[in-house]
Amino acid sequence: MNTLQKYVLAENVHMSFDTKHGKFVALENVNLRISQGEFITLIGHSGCGKSTLLNLFAGLLSPTSGFMFCAGREIAGPGPDRGVVFQNHSLLPWLTCYGNIHLAVERVFGATESPLQLKERTREALTLVHLGHAADKYPHEISGGMKQRVGIARALSMQPKVLLMDEPFGALDALTRAHLQDELMKIVAATHSTVVMVTHDVDEAVLLSDRIVMMTNGPAATIGSILEVDLPKPRDRIALANNTRYHRLRSEVLEFLYQKHAKVAA
Amino acid sequence: MPKKFIATSLLPPVCGIALFIAIWGLIALTSPNLPGPVKTWDAAVELFSDPFYENGPNDQGIGWNILSSLQRVGIGFGLAALVGIPLGFMVGRFDFLDKMTSPIVSMLRPVSPLAWLPIGLLVFKAANPAAIWVIFISCIWPMIINTAMGVRQLPQDYLNVARVLKLSEWKVFTKILFPATLPFVLTGIRLSIGTAWLVIVAAEMLTGGIGIGFWVWDEWNNLNVEHIIIAIFVVGIIGLLLEKILVLLAKRFSY
Repeated sequence: MNTLQKYVLAENVHMSFDTKHGKFVALENVNLRISQGEFITLIGHSGCGKSTLLNLFAGLLSPTSGFMFCAGREIAGPGPDRGVVFQNHSLLPWLTCYGNIHLAVERVFGATESPLQLKERTREALTLVHLGHAADKYPHEISGGMKQRVGIARALSMQPKVLLMDEPFGALDALTRAHLQDELMKIVAATHSTVVMVTHDVDEAVLLSDRIVMMTNGPAATIGSILEVDLPKPRDRIALANNTRYHRLRSEVLEFLYQKHAKVAA
Repeated sequence: MPKKFIATSLLPPVCGIALFIAIWGLIALTSPNLPGPVKTWDAAVELFSDPFYENGPNDQGIGWNILSSLQRVGIGFGLAALVGIPLGFMVGRFDFLDKMTSPIVSMLRPVSPLAWLPIGLLVFKAANPAAIWVIFISCIWPMIINTAMGVRQLPQDYLNVARVLKLSEWKVFTKILFPATLPFVLTGIRLSIGTAWLVIVAAEMLTGGIGIGFWVWDEWNNLNVEHIIIAIFVVGIIGLLLEKILVLLAKRFSY
């Protein structure tokens, strides 16, 4: 198997946290291989450790045991080769949209490129998410959807090997979410990004993914099943509404979540 | 001016002030030693017609007295900021340092800054540095405590951004830690200046020289009660102005 097919890799990953009530095992025996250019979604009930797994890929957490690799190198801490889009956008409120992206661009390309090139890159990233007009606005002056787009632009501006997204559209209304999903599909198609995205939205998972990684319930969660989404790309949400294959995939995910691994009422 | 603005924003304070002056006038009528509003006003007009005269070291215009008090507060506060803000950042960032300083700060904070005046006189052997020393002490605690609190309350999200970008320590400080902590630092500054202005009057009463506190004491010795009342208003109005300026500044930096 060549490195393209195991571009991002988790091998026998265990993750436990020390809490006041003793050891809490979040993830157990997680094995996942992600190819370059693949779009993976992690789906599962809340508390299933899907965000933990994403944070492990990001390097914000280190596994208790097991190995994680990205592009052939072991993941040892966070780094700009893995761009993260946070659930709550995490823009710095004292910087403009431009400033927020420029901070990332400067960090990654500052040593090798001229200030003019950095400026150009920042502008490009803003244009990519159709926010060229909002460059000088502060985060509190723009809508939730726009903030999330700046977050995506910031992550993409670093030209990461992998784009990691933690429920990026979870806090948005349905219409804005649909709009951003469409935009994300276009961006990913244009940049050939490798994406790992955490979601709890079944439609979102089927619409965007190449493969859906379905997780069992925690504690000691693991990958229950992986569903191949063989719908042709580019995908169109309206066309898919009448696609039987789409509905079959969708019900497979629902079956997994609500029959095989139904969440006991918490 | 719209009628609503007059009724809701202008009328209540005007009523309050009028009532205050009326009660003051009534008390002054029954107590012959306390000057009433009219007498005080006349004295104030005379006093402020020439605020910057100089007749030797013990008789200078009210303007000079106010300025030298403000200068002492400025120097004492500036030194406290120079020491307290960096110390606050370190205390907030390093748990060990926090635990190390916390018993000392907790013990010394409730002590009236004036209790430090004799120590200042002893060490500096002069009244003016001793007064500045007292201001320094009254400013230092709020500066340390508020700065440290700001650093401790830095949202994990911002630190995650720093970690994902692998920003250098200097960038983390200038782009994340400092701007995130700034509103807390400004609160510390506001509390410091408030206390300092409160304390300077008492400190100057004890140290003498020139300053609004000394001036109050001097006028008491001259039994010039109108001037004492004027001083109370002057101290109050300047304190209010300082507070308003700092609130405006804080608003500019709240995200």
